[in-house]
Amino acid sequence: MRLSPDEMILWRDGFFKLNATIAYTWGLMLALTVGSMLVTHNLSLGLSRSRWQNLLEIVVTGIEKQIEDVGLRRPRKYIAFLGTLFLFVASANLCTVIPGYEPPTASLSTTAALALWVLAAVPLFGIEEQGLGDYLKSYAEPTIIMLPFNIISELSRTLALAVRLFGNMMSGSMILAILLTITPFVFPIAMSALGLLTGMVQAYIFTILAAVYIAAATRGRKSRPEMDTTIDA
Amino acid sequence: MDNATLIAISSIVTAGLTIALGSIGPALGEGRAVATALSSLAQQPDAATTITRTLFVGLAMIESIAIYCFVVSMILIFANPFWTHVVAEAAGK
Repeated sequence: MRLSPDEMILWRDGFFKLNATIAYTWGLMLALTVGSMLVTHNLSLGLSRSRWQNLLEIVVTGIEKQIEDVGLRRPRKYIAFLGTLFLFVASANLCTVIPGYEPPTASLSTTAALALWVLAAVPLFGIEEQGLGDYLKSYAEPTIIMLPFNIISELSRTLALAVRLFGNMMSGSMILAILLTITPFVFPIAMSALGLLTGMVQAYIFTILAAVYIAAATRGRKSRPEMDTTIDA
Repeated sequence: MDNATLIAISSIVTAGLTIALGSIGPALGEGRAVATALSSLAQQPDAATTITRTLFVGLAMIESIAIYCFVVSMILIFANPFWTHVVAEAAGK
């Protein structure tokens, strides 16, 4: 039994291996990029707009609203990063309805790469917003004794992000495979419907957590936002 | 009993124990979280969107603990490094 799509090798030439994770990731990227390019190449400002433009507008404004709700007051600045995370993870998880498709998020490599991006983006946004000195000072926040714990929590939440998404997606396909051998007909359908819901929720969680981490890093001591959402993994 | 049998027995038993014990805590936690969210929804239906969002985020965090246990037990069963080591050694002989 395969634990991840990493082990499904489609093409091999000496040192280079093309596994299913890479292939499906690039396929998704191609579909997302070409799709949005096709939609956005003739946008209309008037009241009559195409169906696809409406769809994209709903998606973009929805993501913007969610980011704003978390406590980032200028969502336009962060939507490039957080929106991309959400769209990629959501489409990777939703495409499991296509037969023969293996979600690239069921591989620890993909989720670790996404989580590492969050690990890198949080200090970058924090330094940009607060300045290097103030940002570094926030690590020693209540007292200097908390410094190692803050650094550990930074690393452990990255691990948690990666393993959470990987575990959820992997368990979905794994439970499906096990159920197919026990009760072949009806039950796997119900479980795969549940898997779609879990995939969507996980995409949402991943994005919201990244947004919460960025909000915590960019929140200076002088400017406290009205809504206090601090969730720590 | 040789090493391979010992590794197999301990892996299988530990995998079962991991998922069994590891799902108790998250189950209790999720039950408490949902119960509290429902009672606050009944008290303040206006705050439904905030409560639901926080509930979903919290549930996914609690659930991820159970998922960690599941990942560990899956690794023990399907991708056990000690087992592959023993198998590789036996194949090398």
